[in-house]
Amino acid sequence: MPKKFLSGDEAFAEGVRLAKPDVISAYPITPQTIVVERLSEMVEDGSLDAEFIHVESEHSALSCAIGASAAGVRAFTATSSQGLLYMAECLTYASGGRFPIVMMNANRSTALPWNIYGDQRDSLSLLDSGWIQAYAENAQESLDLALMSFYIAENEKVSTPFMVNLDGFTVTHTYEEADVPEASAAENFLPPYRTENKLDLESPKNMAFSAGPEHNYIFKYKEHRAMLEAVSVIEEAERKFAEIFGRSYTGLIEEYLTEDADFVIVTLGSIAGLCRETADKLRAAGKKVGVVRIRYMRPFPASQLAAALKNAKAAAVLEKDISFGNEGAVFSEVNSALFRYGTFIPTYNFIGGLGGRNISASDIESIFEAMEKGLSEKINFIGIGGERQ
Amino acid sequence: MSVKAKDLCAEEFFYGHKACAGCGGSLAVRNALKVLGKNAVAVLPAGCMSAVGFNFPQLCFGNNAIISTFAGTASMLTGIEAGFRARGITDFTAVGFAGDGGTADIGIQALSGAIDRNDNIIYICYDNEAYMNTGIQKSGLTPFGAKTTTTPAGKNIHGNIRPKKNMFEIAAAHDIPYAATATVGYMNDFLDKVKKASEIKGTKYIHVIAPCPTGWGIPVSDTVEAAREIADCGLWYLAEYENGEFTLNYDPKEFTDVTAYLKKQGRFRHLTDEDIAVIVKSRDEKWKKIRGSWNLK
Repeated sequence: MPKKFLSGDEAFAEGVRLAKPDVISAYPITPQTIVVERLSEMVEDGSLDAEFIHVESEHSALSCAIGASAAGVRAFTATSSQGLLYMAECLTYASGGRFPIVMMNANRSTALPWNIYGDQRDSLSLLDSGWIQAYAENAQESLDLALMSFYIAENEKVSTPFMVNLDGFTVTHTYEEADVPEASAAENFLPPYRTENKLDLESPKNMAFSAGPEHNYIFKYKEHRAMLEAVSVIEEAERKFAEIFGRSYTGLIEEYLTEDADFVIVTLGSIAGLCRETADKLRAAGKKVGVVRIRYMRPFPASQLAAALKNAKAAAVLEKDISFGNEGAVFSEVNSALFRYGTFIPTYNFIGGLGGRNISASDIESIFEAMEKGLSEKINFIGIGGERQ
Repeated sequence: MSVKAKDLCAEEFFYGHKACAGCGGSLAVRNALKVLGKNAVAVLPAGCMSAVGFNFPQLCFGNNAIISTFAGTASMLTGIEAGFRARGITDFTAVGFAGDGGTADIGIQALSGAIDRNDNIIYICYDNEAYMNTGIQKSGLTPFGAKTTTTPAGKNIHGNIRPKKNMFEIAAAHDIPYAATATVGYMNDFLDKVKKASEIKGTKYIHVIAPCPTGWGIPVSDTVEAAREIADCGLWYLAEYENGEFTLNYDPKEFTDVTAYLKKQGRFRHLTDEDIAVIVKSRDEKWKKIRGSWNLK
């Protein structure tokens, strides 16, 4: 496999090229823009045969992708932050219509105050939109998720749109070495998109209709079940991916040194790397610490987290998010999962990185130390302090 | 070749819906689909026609049809058109049917984008001059003076205080390949324009007046008559924009009485002589411009 030096955005665009979408609706927004720039170059040089559509807003970007998907073809778009919020109406539209669109989102803070840097409040505020949500840690995983996301979304049982999240700048703009698969291998991995859920001249359909209270509830239940079906399809996709490309992934979560860990940080996205590095350092000093990286926020790895943390003495959720007036959204989700599956351990929330503010290795070390000491405050703001209940 | 209403196919593509008696919008959709035929792929945003036509499991379109988001008629048409093309299908017509609010207000950005890209679609605005589906609220195409549930006619303000947006000329200003105005009161003219639009490549925009008896305050039997009278009294005009030129299709020698047109409708009944004078003056100014600079046919 040829190795290339690529940013996360560029790696994702390479993955999209290999997935060969039929329609791409493109609108610029920092820090996503590079994706649509690279894709337009690929269309220009003939290495990607897609309808490249210059839409006039993010709302139209997703509305156009929905139209293309309803026409029965593979559709891709990309966005970030304000753009994601602007198209929010179309998110539930795509999921309710069971249109397996893939969208890359560059995680970025939302205004006000204006800020272009990375936190995860944009996508986490849309957990309930009915989209599969994955969070990439680096350029390689971005590329691989670009390819795998179509496989998973388009599975007949799943047929659910898929949002791949890349941390703004720390993933989107950081250059790393990445393996770019051969087109022929990608073809072996990802079959062409085939669906009955499409407008068809031979057999005309009325789509995206209204459904009253009786039927609406059933449609929503089926949507939920389809999302849960994704769990086994993710495993299937990763198995096939490993066979063809030789790179393995670990499903909804990725565990690091958790087997005998007393204190575990649960996090998502690019900060996981620094957490693992810090864990290595503390392990060398005899501390039993570990890290869980959440790869998928939807479907949510509830049982997997409960199992991973079963023998821990405490866990801390580190996230670049705050649900104002409550706590970090990921913290709420993790606590709910632990409670549901009977893993009763002390948990703490560490909120940081909002608007792209740096989270340092010593910040992370402090989190492990705080867990060991035991904290009176459950909700903690890195660099500001704990919040008394 | 001219389309005659009496020669339209017997096959129904918009049938069994729940539109109100006398609905002008459903008349426009039904007949336009008879002209475009079974390979029309219709996009309808949230609004009257989607509300009456797509109630699962009673789905009333015989051709392919889909509801878009309120703002997304044109952008969904764009995606469908591109998707069908990507599938190698060529014998289809992507057509949108959006109301006045869905076109001139919330959907104008997407419409402008589609015209700018010159996507190969037909966009038909059925204009009943207010948000009728939600219960008669003012839109950007509500005419001056009209009483709606958000522009009450009181002692100080006599209904809507702003004139209609000129969507026909806004579309034309994009240098669109084809734009036209029509009314369900002159059905043959409307259907001719639909037929013509289906034979032109690129973006086509047709703006058809489609009275709503409920919102206009007229008997359900008077839809077609009101739709004809609006053109006869000069408050609407039948025109086309093509190859960079405007053409007036119908030039009444003498306008019928504006007051008579207005006073038949509940939404205008409160208008004073002064209000009507404002309406007549603006009509005359518009016609002076039309007759002075457009081709007359």
